[in-house]
Amino acid sequence: MAWNLDSDRPIFAQLAERIQIQIVSGDYPPGGKLPSVRELAAVAAVNPNTMQKAFAELERSGLIITQRTNGRQVTEDEELIRSVRTLLARGHVEAFFSRMQELGYTGEEVIALCGKILEARTAAVPEKSAVYPVPEGDKGGD
Amino acid sequence: MSELIEMRGLTKAYDANHIAVNNVTLSLPRGRIIGLLGPNGSGKTTLIKMLNGLLAPTQGSIRIGGCPVGVETKAHVAYLPDRTYLAGGEKISEILDFFCDFYADFSREKAVDMLLRLNIEPDTKLKALSKGTKEKVQLILVMSRNADLYILDEPIAGVDPAARDYILKTIINNYNPNATVLISTHLITDIEQVLDEVIFMRYGHLVLYTSVDNIRAQHGKSVDAYFREVFAC
Repeated sequence: MAWNLDSDRPIFAQLAERIQIQIVSGDYPPGGKLPSVRELAAVAAVNPNTMQKAFAELERSGLIITQRTNGRQVTEDEELIRSVRTLLARGHVEAFFSRMQELGYTGEEVIALCGKILEARTAAVPEKSAVYPVPEGDKGGD
Repeated sequence: MSELIEMRGLTKAYDANHIAVNNVTLSLPRGRIIGLLGPNGSGKTTLIKMLNGLLAPTQGSIRIGGCPVGVETKAHVAYLPDRTYLAGGEKISEILDFFCDFYADFSREKAVDMLLRLNIEPDTKLKALSKGTKEKVQLILVMSRNADLYILDEPIAGVDPAARDYILKTIINNYNPNATVLISTHLITDIEQVLDEVIFMRYGHLVLYTSVDNIRAQHGKSVDAYFREVFAC
């Protein structure tokens, strides 16, 4: 299925963000092989040159490594992946706090509300364990 | 590598008051998917017909792969016109025979493969097919050539969204870094993410030639939204 893309921002940047999320979430594990530009362009229904540009962007950031004979793979540098993940998470939280501020919430009120909602959610649906990184042998039964 | 298409001062005047294409100078590289965009009557189809040697320029020149438009360039240009030239009485298999005879770069295997994937029987007569299926068949014929330049004049007008997706997918899957695809259309939104670059035309003039992501980065809006702004009535 074609990827859903915003119409007001460069396409290559959105493709890069999307692949970045797939890497930090562990969909593409560290050291794992990535699909070819052509394959991924077909899946996303975008121009292969644009997908190429997105890959180039991720190569610059170090998340993706190109090997001449073996195509592209995700970096094995888990430290880097974790730091990108933290950066993305920070961005989301900052944006969330700004929006709550617009609604007139103080920081403490936001935290209190978060605690309440998390409690209700956990009661309704048991939380999934974090996808990345998953400590081996420490997942707990369900 | 030199540019694939070189147009210099290209002009077509049907009569003194009606200049369909006016002094267009433009070079297009290989390996791109390029949208040719403009309102009705902006000169898109006239430009395309000159690229295919169906109309002679009044002034100016075109070179494709270094050659002036003629027998030599027609062997390397695959053209999907805005109206069909196939009579409809033939079976698809007969049309495939015809294309094999006519174009040295036509791959029957590729065409049959694409037809079968759409469950279109080569024994069917063209006129027995729905409008959308007919358009798919014609696109398959054009894309089954191993050309340097594919020119598609309004390939997605008049087909349903699913057929449109199929056509776009076919264009992406056939992408070849040595070949360029030039697509004229009004339906920009549908095709925007498949394009590298866009050409805007108005009243026969070249208004803009830039990349899709440039427009988005510079103007913070889609090519479709930008087009509506530029060509607002």
